[in-house]
Amino acid sequence: MSKQRAIVLYLHVHQPFRVRDYTIFEAGHDHNYFFDANYHSRTGNEQILHKVAAKSYIPTNKKLLEILKRHPEFKISLSITGTVLEQLEMWSPEALQSFKDLIATGRVEVLAETYYHSLAFFYSRFEFEKQVRMHHDKVQQLFGVQPTAFRNTELSYNNDLAYWADQAGYKAVITEGWDPVLGWRSPNFVYKPRYADGDIRLLMKNYRLSDDIAFRFSDKSWKEWPLTAEKFTHWVNALDESQTNINLFMDYETFGEHQWSETGIFDFLEHLPSEFLKHDGNTFMTITEAAQKFEPADAVDVLQTITWADTERDLTAWTGNAMQQEALKELYALEHDVLRSGDKQLIEDWRRLQTSDHVYYMCTKWFSDGDVHAYFSPYESPYDGFIAFSNALRDVRLRTLQAKEGGKKKWHDQ
Amino acid sequence: MKILMLGWELPPHNSGGLGVACYQLSRALARTGADIDFVLPYDAEHSIDFMKITPASPITAERLATMPGAYDSYCYTCKTDDCDHTYPSDLRGQQKRYTDFVERYLDTAQPDVIHAHDWLTFEAAMKAKIKTGKPMVAHVHATEFDRSGEHSGNPLVHEIEQQALLMADRVVAVSQVTKDIIVRGYNIPADKIHVIHNSIDTDEMADIPYGDSYAYLHEMKRHGYKVVVSLSRLTVQKGLRYLVQAAQRVHTINDKVLFLIVGDGELRDELLEQSAELGISQNIIFTGFLRGQRWRDAYAIGDMFVMPSVSEPFGLTALEAAGMGNAVLLSKQSGVGEVLHGVLKFDFWDTEKLANQILAVADRPALQASLSQDVRAEFDRLSWADVADKCQSMYSSLRRVEVTL
Repeated sequence: MSKQRAIVLYLHVHQPFRVRDYTIFEAGHDHNYFFDANYHSRTGNEQILHKVAAKSYIPTNKKLLEILKRHPEFKISLSITGTVLEQLEMWSPEALQSFKDLIATGRVEVLAETYYHSLAFFYSRFEFEKQVRMHHDKVQQLFGVQPTAFRNTELSYNNDLAYWADQAGYKAVITEGWDPVLGWRSPNFVYKPRYADGDIRLLMKNYRLSDDIAFRFSDKSWKEWPLTAEKFTHWVNALDESQTNINLFMDYETFGEHQWSETGIFDFLEHLPSEFLKHDGNTFMTITEAAQKFEPADAVDVLQTITWADTERDLTAWTGNAMQQEALKELYALEHDVLRSGDKQLIEDWRRLQTSDHVYYMCTKWFSDGDVHAYFSPYESPYDGFIAFSNALRDVRLRTLQAKEGGKKKWHDQ
Repeated sequence: MKILMLGWELPPHNSGGLGVACYQLSRALARTGADIDFVLPYDAEHSIDFMKITPASPITAERLATMPGAYDSYCYTCKTDDCDHTYPSDLRGQQKRYTDFVERYLDTAQPDVIHAHDWLTFEAAMKAKIKTGKPMVAHVHATEFDRSGEHSGNPLVHEIEQQALLMADRVVAVSQVTKDIIVRGYNIPADKIHVIHNSIDTDEMADIPYGDSYAYLHEMKRHGYKVVVSLSRLTVQKGLRYLVQAAQRVHTINDKVLFLIVGDGELRDELLEQSAELGISQNIIFTGFLRGQRWRDAYAIGDMFVMPSVSEPFGLTALEAAGMGNAVLLSKQSGVGEVLHGVLKFDFWDTEKLANQILAVADRPALQASLSQDVRAEFDRLSWADVADKCQSMYSSLRRVEVTL
């Protein structure tokens, strides 16, 4: 029998509560930042969730459930943010049920993360831990499972995060398999984070093979187009046989939303397991399972924060310009006053504003390459995104002041 | 290549962006080796050595400035007797004199291409094409629809434009916005129309040293006030009524925002009354028409520049403002928005949104800094040389051009 080799397929499910076009004239009067009265607006969260559920969540889960029934070896890992779980509860119980059905098979692992898909780790450790606990509770309540592996927002990672996850008792943590960090090493092994003395393991994304599916699948100018399950399996089987785990990490919305059904992405998903499992020794594993099964090949040292985003693989898409820095600084500066208010709605609104997507919409770095449409945003420009966010933040600040003084105050007295 | 340029104004005797665009385009074309003969309706001294300037009449620029000009198409009538060669001083008279001159001039001049800028020169261009058989380019900086704002405009002027656009071998539109108007409003086939955006050279703004024309505004800025600048002719097309409405909305939230409105025009008194009626005349400063130092200092004193135009084929002043470090706010009806992305955009009628944007820039240093830096970076990449290259390739697409060496 050949050596064992596993595909570790991990899908990330997330939707933010986009801030509607909230103006300064509403601040102080209307505390509704997230629910656009116009269902069809570009910031209409309900409409977007309905669309993604119909195009991606429901058909993909149906396909995944069929595959799980057909192949006992098939396993996947999911991370599902608290904000998308809330939206599913409100607007698509059908899609939520389909996730429950998947997880009930016992072969779908759910990862831990921040409830609000936030960057809190880098701004407030106290708030970060609170959000991780909130997410644990939500996952336990909805799916009846306890996460044992951790992913931080946008797979952001450094030695410090690994140390924290190790102390918190996680068995695995994941991040990007970025070349400057790995050097000559391959992402197709299990690693140990340097300085973490517990038994936590690190799994790193094979971005070439992952992006072949997530980004290049429907690109007709790509020389490998069209990508078939046979071709993909052939590439994996051709790897040196010492390489144990192929980490295919991507957005869940790859299936049906980023790559439309018409591209053949669902056929690919359907055929990949049967094609891959033809080869002796090939199997599928969840993240925690792979972390425990394979011996770590080496220790990986990550001094500076890496992420799975852009060609830079850093946090600059979220924190790269002055608007983003100011928005985050002011947001977290309100932590004490918001929490002290004891106002549950205010605390929830403040936390929803922490979702990293809000600052991502303010990113301007693509102006330098003229590729204005490279990033999806519900706003007309990064500046408009900043204005809506700032106005919401202004209202949050006003509410903390009102809570403090127990009375109404005009905004310019702030 | 010999180009007969037909234009109505050149700096320093211009009253708007038309003259600036003609000057910059000609200079950049001359640098590519083009031999340009520029016909003006008046006689004046120019410090221009890159092309020949031919006056169509002995009238001085100063005298002509007292008469209606290219922007005043609403004054244009046909009352004048066309056979009378005394040329009365109204627009029709000036246009007739210009056209007759060009016709006579072509007894000797032999251009390869006729390139005409806006309606007052279009009649001469058509006559020139008939006489010489040379290709004609109609360069549209503004249509009658633009000049008349939200109204339909002068039908006589529309008629001249219609004929010239039909007869032209190529039409140049200064933006996609303008091209759309030409297709929709004049039924011109889209493939005959080239969009060639105006541009700016980074050294243009450097010629005039900064002076301190606005001591009052400097002092107010020291006390935390922000300055919103607008530079345009005060006409319906420029949408200033909407800016004044937005100013009132801004005032209800933040009274430390001042509006500097530079320019003159038939709407000035109406705007003054409007701002007084809204109770915000203390915050709105009208300077009148400015040149040179004071004109340049207006950009320099601004924190943000607003172009609220109802219809703006291009909008060169937005580029100048970008080069002077302003955050830039443009109506979506402004063509310059097609070349600038580091800007805020609003529909001209959406005064609520404009007020919201002004307040955000006034109140958020990070937003003002990001906007001004990003648009300045785009400004730095613009050049008239690129425009000249596009013009040259447009010329070479003209089948009947005979290139003379």
